[in-house]
Amino acid sequence: MEKPKLIIGEKRSDGRLFDQLRPTQMKVGILKNANGSSLVQMGDTKVIAAVYGPREVHPRHLALPDRAILRVRYHMTPFSTNQRKNPAPTRREIEISKVIREALEPSVISNLFPRTAIDIFIEVLQADAGTRTAAIMAASLALADGGIPMKDLVSAVAVGKVEGNLVLDLNEEEDNYGEADLPIAIMPSLGNITLLQMNGEMSEEELKKAIELAMKGIRELYEMQKEALRQKYVLEE
Amino acid sequence: MNKVEKPERKLVLPGELVAEGEIAFQWSPYIIKIDNKLYSTVLGLAETRENKVNVIPLQGNFYYPKVGDLVIGFIKDVEAFGWIIDIKAPYSAYLPASNYLGRPANNGEDLTKYLEIGEYIIAKIEQFDRSVDPILMARGKGLGRITSGGVIDISTVKVPRVIGKGKAMLEMLAKETGCEILVAQNGRIWFQCPDKQREDVLLLSVYTIEKESHTKGLTDRIKQLIREKLGVEKIGEA
Repeated sequence: MEKPKLIIGEKRSDGRLFDQLRPTQMKVGILKNANGSSLVQMGDTKVIAAVYGPREVHPRHLALPDRAILRVRYHMTPFSTNQRKNPAPTRREIEISKVIREALEPSVISNLFPRTAIDIFIEVLQADAGTRTAAIMAASLALADGGIPMKDLVSAVAVGKVEGNLVLDLNEEEDNYGEADLPIAIMPSLGNITLLQMNGEMSEEELKKAIELAMKGIRELYEMQKEALRQKYVLEE
Repeated sequence: MNKVEKPERKLVLPGELVAEGEIAFQWSPYIIKIDNKLYSTVLGLAETRENKVNVIPLQGNFYYPKVGDLVIGFIKDVEAFGWIIDIKAPYSAYLPASNYLGRPANNGEDLTKYLEIGEYIIAKIEQFDRSVDPILMARGKGLGRITSGGVIDISTVKVPRVIGKGKAMLEMLAKETGCEILVAQNGRIWFQCPDKQREDVLLLSVYTIEKESHTKGLTDRIKQLIREKLGVEKIGEA
């Protein structure tokens, strides 16, 4: 397929500015049977997360004597993409499950619950770039909704390079035809980075600028996450 | 300054700063100290009173066992020398036969004669720490098998609210509805009511408390609710 034009004047192909997020919606407590749950929607990307636990670990030998283990399953539904996706876990999904787990682990105070497991299930309902960052935020919200103590919420966003310009929160087109993609997850109150990946090429200078740009997006997303959690208690005077 | 201050309450989220500097706080899983700053770790209400902070969680439905706590357990399994019991904790509890019967089980004895799967018991946590699963004691005053009434589950973080300050809420519930109520620390409530109507009103009140636990003046509103429900229906009967 021929590469479409991604930058038109000062705007992107979907009409956004370079530092503008996609329209984002977050909702908490959407599932009855899970201890905590959430829905995160960024543009056409739609992700739900469910948290169970802390609960007993099965099989037993996986349990750790001093802390809870975190188990994450990132999964794309067969109808989430243009062509049907085989529902069996792919190599990519297994890897993303691992990076999401590692992005969340620093936030969860796991030593409060020795010998237990906290299970997080993430389903991508619709994929349009940025599923891992949406998944991290959904999982973090679901953990908070489940009442699991954590140091901070985790917010995540991707920055990309498209036709030489740094842009915030890539969409599918920009992800496919851009020059670089840099997903980043941060605990905003503490200022700790918990995930930083890159695909493509960027100069050192660009990387620094990209992280700054991501910080800007993350501050907005963090506020939305907090608002989503507060929404449950609007009764408050 | 000896006057009683009205506590200040604020909705906080994980990672939100609750206090800064040298502030006294009792250790709790809901507060974390990083570089002399206190952050909340859960979605809850931060209460500041006389230079002391405390975070009351609003979410969460698991019970972390504590020795001496009164719990209502559900019999999950019967073993050769005791019972496996669900206490809504991330660990399953064990009730040895001697802690219920007062004597060890005989070899080959069928323990289902005493407690069957699916029954509820009132017990105390006798032993528990980070490395050992909880062991229960179900012998003693007020402990043992539940033979009448009903049991409901509520969120464990709402237990203190159902009991209320100085048992205010619990006493009000018992007085207004005329039911016998026992609130266990693991989020299970046992009740026995004189009739079905009072039972319904009690359950409605408990679920309302669970839903609106973060609001002020709840005790009075629940009292109002019970009186309305019982009062109106009583007139209808007459």
